[in-house]
Amino acid sequence: MDFLALQTPALLQGLAVTLLLGLVSFVLGSGLGTLIALARISTFLPLRLAAIAYVSVFRGTPLLIQIMLVYFGLPQLGVRIPPIPAAILTFTLYSAAYLSENFRGGILAVDKGQWEAANSMGMTYQRILARIIFPQAIRTALPAIGNRFIALMKDTSLASVITVVELTRVAESAGSSSFRYIEAFVIAAIGYWLINTALSLGQAALERRMGRAYA
Amino acid sequence: MMDRLTIDAHGLHKRFGDLQVLKSVDLTIRSGEVVVIMGPSGSGKTTLLRCLNLLEQPDAGTVTVRGRTVDCSVRGSGRGQAGLVRDIRIRTAMVFQHYNLFPHMTVLQNVVEGPLSVRRLPRPYALEVGERLLERVGLIDKRDEYPAKLSGGQKQRVAIARALAMDPEVVLLDEPTSSLDPELRAEVLQVLKDLARRGMTMVIVTHEIAFAREVADRILFMDNGYILEEQAPQTFFSNPASTRVRSFLRLMSGTESQPEIEATG
Repeated sequence: MDFLALQTPALLQGLAVTLLLGLVSFVLGSGLGTLIALARISTFLPLRLAAIAYVSVFRGTPLLIQIMLVYFGLPQLGVRIPPIPAAILTFTLYSAAYLSENFRGGILAVDKGQWEAANSMGMTYQRILARIIFPQAIRTALPAIGNRFIALMKDTSLASVITVVELTRVAESAGSSSFRYIEAFVIAAIGYWLINTALSLGQAALERRMGRAYA
Repeated sequence: MMDRLTIDAHGLHKRFGDLQVLKSVDLTIRSGEVVVIMGPSGSGKTTLLRCLNLLEQPDAGTVTVRGRTVDCSVRGSGRGQAGLVRDIRIRTAMVFQHYNLFPHMTVLQNVVEGPLSVRRLPRPYALEVGERLLERVGLIDKRDEYPAKLSGGQKQRVAIARALAMDPEVVLLDEPTSSLDPELRAEVLQVLKDLARRGMTMVIVTHEIAFAREVADRILFMDNGYILEEQAPQTFFSNPASTRVRSFLRLMSGTESQPEIEATG
């Protein structure tokens, strides 16, 4: 148990960095994903094509390669980004591609009559989205968005390859310094599991809350 | 009052693909008038109604609502055009066959959304207006329910209250009772009769003959993209000018509860 006593502060710090990476990237990725979803359903063809290309690139290539391109590749072009911002940037771009598809599905699932009712009273496009469409679209897309959030939390472990000291990297160094790999990685796994269990519970509560109107 | 023009539409054309749905339709609605549009399905009556609110943009023609004119042959969504379209929509409230209430909002929230979002009324005043309108349609006790909990007739009454909350110049109603059971139709028609009595300007697409006879000031009969006949209700029902209307009415009186009529001419 001296292993635990020795490594707890580092593990907790790693957990905090993992949470930071996941939460910030999810929030930014949701924002960007919303814009991409709107571009994807726009009537303006170039915008639509740009959105399709974006999703194709970021969903069709490995996250690990994207991270290494940003952190190791960009300095070659004179762009140097510190590890944590580089990780957040990559996770944001990557999750935005997936989330945009979830949002798009949610928006398209909203009944056409909702647009008509809102348009018929002269609401602006922005207002219709914010007040009428998004609240209904998010409810439909919530299970898929929750899945994405959980996947992203686990994906943040890839930040360890660009020297970010998050939960996986802490476990790795704790394991190699003490040769207690099993303990180190099991503890890290429990850390991810706890975060994701909390996310699942939060998602279920949100689904119940948003479902109230439809019961 | 009856001479003030609320809507003045000229030369409306609308085509969906190969189908010419409106063929140069002219229409004027005077303030306080109740105009009923009848006709077989596919005759263009719903499209005409939707064009008056610009939910459907006509391919050509002009729509003037209380002096504000949109020239529909101007394509694109330039700032000025979009503003004019919005202006006309704010003045012409729409009631839909399938209600289209906002399911994530309570009854009262549905009614005050327009006043808050579009008319920018102060919240307490908007709520007061909303409650008064819910009282008028007999649903004040449902103010905090969600639409999913309401019957079809109740939903349509909320939709009417929501339309009135925009304080419109005219309410356009697209087959407001067509998706309702006969028992539920009566409560909606009662609300509409009450509105007509209060002098609300309305354009109603409906198959309800008894209702049309009672409340309409004028009946338009549409067929094949044209307004074929335009009459006071007494004349329309007892002595229509065209054989087309006569055969339609004969069919309707046989199947009044079953509004789907095959277009024959």
